[in-house]
Amino acid sequence: MASIIEAKHLAFTYPGADDTPGHQVFADLDLDIEEGSFVAVLGTNGCGKSTLAKHFNAILLPSGGKVYVNGIDTSYTERLMAVRRNVGMVFQNPDNQIVANVVEEDVAFGPENLGVAGPEIRQRVDRALKQVEMYDYREHAPHLLSGGQKQRVAIAGVIAMEPKCIVLDEPTAMLDPRGRREVMETITRLNREKGITVVLITHHMDEAARAQRVVVMDKGKIAADGTPEEVFSQVELLHAIGLAAPETVELCWQLNQHGWELPLDRLEPEECAKLLYETIKGEEAK
Amino acid sequence: MLKDITLGQFFPGKSPIHRLDPRTKIVLLIAYIVMLFVASGWVSYGIVAIFLLTAVRLSTIPLKTIVRGMKPVVMILAFTGILNLFFTQDGTVLVHFWFITITSEGVIRAIFMMSRILMLITGTFLLTYTTSPISLTDGLESLLKPLKKIHVPVHELSMMMCIALRFIPTLIEETDKIMCAQKARGADFESGNLMQRAKALVPILVPLFISAFRRADELATAMECRCYQGDVGRTKMKMLRYSRLDVNAYCVTGLVVVLIFVLKAMGL
Repeated sequence: MASIIEAKHLAFTYPGADDTPGHQVFADLDLDIEEGSFVAVLGTNGCGKSTLAKHFNAILLPSGGKVYVNGIDTSYTERLMAVRRNVGMVFQNPDNQIVANVVEEDVAFGPENLGVAGPEIRQRVDRALKQVEMYDYREHAPHLLSGGQKQRVAIAGVIAMEPKCIVLDEPTAMLDPRGRREVMETITRLNREKGITVVLITHHMDEAARAQRVVVMDKGKIAADGTPEEVFSQVELLHAIGLAAPETVELCWQLNQHGWELPLDRLEPEECAKLLYETIKGEEAK
Repeated sequence: MLKDITLGQFFPGKSPIHRLDPRTKIVLLIAYIVMLFVASGWVSYGIVAIFLLTAVRLSTIPLKTIVRGMKPVVMILAFTGILNLFFTQDGTVLVHFWFITITSEGVIRAIFMMSRILMLITGTFLLTYTTSPISLTDGLESLLKPLKKIHVPVHELSMMMCIALRFIPTLIEETDKIMCAQKARGADFESGNLMQRAKALVPILVPLFISAFRRADELATAMECRCYQGDVGRTKMKMLRYSRLDVNAYCVTGLVVVLIFVLKAMGL
């Protein structure tokens, strides 16, 4: 499949104040994101994952190398709007990305900026709100919604622009478990049913486990890249970076430290329980 | 406590007044204010009053709500009344006591001025009670559009107003939170003299401002991500459109305005 986002030899340095040298985030980073995929980017705080996300829709421009979105070079300012139309972005704090004081007006904000005709905006807004299951709240004031609901409104605001790809920068960090579940379900559904490419920046292992591909970042470099099973079975590597594996894998790994020989690819609690049950039963049979 | 503050209260409804285009409402309010200041005799005053009462009636906003909204202006009303009562020296003397003289003209003028202020405020209340802040800003933007020719940033101003309205509840909530945090650490906002109280507010204002700036920065990035670039090539989901209702409202108000001017010329 074609790649929707392509980073080639990406380098980026935050400019320092006055003459002090800036803070270098990436030196030489290569990453390809395929159209229609669901990619999770993992990493500890300050590893550059948010900075990377900001490169995907030209909020930040590379200081070296290139980023291509749908084949368009992001540093080419004349095509800026085309880049942002292709890649929508959802941020951490739902309060700080909602512009209007009625839900549907906020969802309409993006399409209005794109110059879509009035009746079509109406259709897009209704469709987007139905997709995130917030249609019944279309006339509500955003500040009266829960965190999860606000974040879904923000997602609706992005999909109303009909982007090919959505980049979510820790969208669940400020939500309670219920809001987190709502948002994750919405993201997964959008990816599966609408074929929208999803790039999820997170530090929750269980969220990353839902993706098709996991990219682990450390100090501006890619430390691991592969399917969740491949990446999470490298428990020692994750620990060295300062991350923990998903709890199920962590449990199996701990048991392995004590002489068990369990595979490290069970990400779902049910699967893990089944594995343990069968292993213990097998032991007893012997 | 802070959540009780409501700015530009809006009561959703489906009355004819609610359904009027916001532009119509703004223009009619201006016409009404002009009438109020042109009217000088009892007859024309009565007509303006009837016009206002009809509008209130049509809006289905209970009179009680409007009266309750008057509370903050009671002081101003009383002040105007007293000033006019005591400092008008024309007409026949009704009461003369020590240095206070109340004349018939004074009484009339006091009533006149007070009812003028009351009617003025009721009229403006009617606008904010029946129009949502968003449609109000939309209406203003659309009415002020001609000013764009002389480089007045009309769209930007209305966008700012819209965002300000959107963030008022968020910032109030945040102020509440900061106050609680400071109280938990022993801050005292309720005692001391005015100076001390004002000083106690500093530890609230500083974090509030910092967070407001941070929010503004994040919001700006989020808006950019959603392709915002001012009003260049921007469309609207809900276009403002005049209906029969608006035409009727313009006609009726127009007639009343003419009537008031005629009455003025006749000295009534």
